[in-house]
Amino acid sequence: MYSVEVQHISKSYTVKKATTPALKDISFAVKKGELFGIIGPDGAGKTSLFRILTTLLLADEGTATVEGLDVVKAYKAIREQVGYMPGRFSLYQDLTVKENLDFFATIFNTSVEENYDLIKDIYVQIEPFRDRKAGKLSGGMKQKLALSCALIHRPKVLFLDEPTTGVDAVSRKEFWEMLKRLKEQGITILVSTPYMDEAEMCDRVALMQNGSILSIDTPQQIVASFAQTMLAVRSASMLQLLNKVRASSFVENAYPSGIYHHVILKQQATADQLQQELSAAAFADLEIKKGQPTIEDCFMQLMRI
Amino acid sequence: MKPQQHNQSKTGAARRQFFSFVKKELLHIWRDKRTLFILLGMPVVQIIIFGFALTNEVKNSKIAVLDQSKDAATSSLIAELNASRYFDVEENLTSYKEIEAAFKKGKIKLAVVLPSQFSEDLKHTNKASVQLIADASDPNVANTLTNYATAVVMDYQDRVTNKQRLPYSIQVETRMLYNPQLKGAYNFVPGVMAMVLLLVCTMMTAITIVREKEMGTMEIMLVSPMRPQMVVIAKAVPYFLLSSINIASILLLSVFALEVPINGSLVLLIAESLLFTLVSLSLGLLISSAAGSQQVAMFISLVALFLPTVMLSGFMFPIENMPFPLRMVSNIVPAKWFYIIVRSVMIKGVGLAAVWKETLILTGMLLFLLTVAIKRFKIRLQ
Repeated sequence: MYSVEVQHISKSYTVKKATTPALKDISFAVKKGELFGIIGPDGAGKTSLFRILTTLLLADEGTATVEGLDVVKAYKAIREQVGYMPGRFSLYQDLTVKENLDFFATIFNTSVEENYDLIKDIYVQIEPFRDRKAGKLSGGMKQKLALSCALIHRPKVLFLDEPTTGVDAVSRKEFWEMLKRLKEQGITILVSTPYMDEAEMCDRVALMQNGSILSIDTPQQIVASFAQTMLAVRSASMLQLLNKVRASSFVENAYPSGIYHHVILKQQATADQLQQELSAAAFADLEIKKGQPTIEDCFMQLMRI
Repeated sequence: MKPQQHNQSKTGAARRQFFSFVKKELLHIWRDKRTLFILLGMPVVQIIIFGFALTNEVKNSKIAVLDQSKDAATSSLIAELNASRYFDVEENLTSYKEIEAAFKKGKIKLAVVLPSQFSEDLKHTNKASVQLIADASDPNVANTLTNYATAVVMDYQDRVTNKQRLPYSIQVETRMLYNPQLKGAYNFVPGVMAMVLLLVCTMMTAITIVREKEMGTMEIMLVSPMRPQMVVIAKAVPYFLLSSINIASILLLSVFALEVPINGSLVLLIAESLLFTLVSLSLGLLISSAAGSQQVAMFISLVALFLPTVMLSGFMFPIENMPFPLRMVSNIVPAKWFYIIVRSVMIKGVGLAAVWKETLILTGMLLFLLTVAIKRFKIRLQ
């Protein structure tokens, strides 16, 4: 049984007679209780997709259901069952933490006490600031408050649109821990993010680019399906090394990644062949090793196809 | 039985949602002290400015007198001019040449010339003339002053001729009904009311709804069980309350500070004001559905509403004198009808029977605007 089903959804925006497609024939399904990630850079169509699923936008083509309810016909019923956290933390800046939470609880026909167990883990962290105005909270705190507000009515499906954008690394990690605990409560969670490293925290991910889904699978499976040889190289002069590697006839693609350059070899080429070529060029402190592909490498590779 | 119970809990929930939203909205207003101060202070300031500074009444204007006969008749006429609250005799001139010089000095607004043998002429030929020379660089003031002066001279003449009745004479008797002192306050209190209510209700309601769109909170409100129509209505309620306070402060100030009486029924006046408040609120809702940003909302409110209200409601410029197309346009300006109603009820003291037509027009506008506003309110983004 699927919690969210998307079939052949297309959506384009027309601004001054120029039509830009935002989503091109998207189809996927999310199982009940799954933590599903939609990973893609800015402009991939993540927000449009979320808005269609939360009944805020109408798709041009295709159908979608949330908890078995059609997003167009049964939009009222869906609005009572889902939690939604838009890209910007949409809280009332001039209301305190507690006022925000109480307000959203009432709007969603519930009370903070009724579902306190669900938000307890998150709320205890912001409780010391309960009388502080939301506008005066740090990014991480705002994010926790926004999540508490989106959860207050115990939604069946939770839509989080780029919840970790603009939040520090520690808060991001904490946030994913919280999502894992929520998943244990049986809540289906759809989360979008531009950060590839967050893909590993999801049960399954959809890699999105320019309105299309490049691949849908578990993070492990996506990495495992990386077919080519990837090397990590570095030396004292990184820029020259990158130029040299890119010019090599054995190399299909090369790009900087952390302190290494990741090098994808062509099908027939071997690591030894590149090693010989680079050694001949006499780079200082040259280091070549086998690279462990990450989701980001898979994404870069999928984008080329 | 069961579905009814469900219904009841549903309306209960809707009521809780509604009041929670109104409470939230009141908190927004209360926490934004500067805006609150402006909203509540604006009517007070406007009434005071219009009442005491921007008055088109002419009081204690300085005049010069050239009395060439210097007899009993002229001195009593001059004394009468000086005694009236409109004029202060600043200078007594001795020759025609001095008149020009006195005007040039800029002190006097009017010169009264009494020719020699004024009293003889009056007695023997029954015909004496008085020349009034006014500084018409401000035509309105010049006009008013000559009217006042003429009135004083006529008064004087009446008293003189009472003793010796003229065989033939037509007496023009003017009575200024409802506003015998021609007080400006009678005119602008209804105008200020229309302006303030429009600003508070229309502009603020439009801005506050558009702000939620801008902040992204409207997005969450839409993805909630609360009905979108309830959201906009709940947003309008606090501004309705604010407007009621403003109506009260304007009425209190006009009665106690400006001494403008409420001649008609206070209940009717308040009821009509609340009706106009509702019209303004629905206009605000309509603007909010069309505007994408707070600036646009403000711009539409000011250009499309505030200017027509000032120009075409009859408050500043009489509608009767406008060309036909503008007179037509003035009919769709709600403030025009409200202005007529307030003037009639407050100053003339008439009842509902006299203003039922205007009331009906405002009610029609309210229904139309509200229907369109709610119909236009989007249940989705875009």
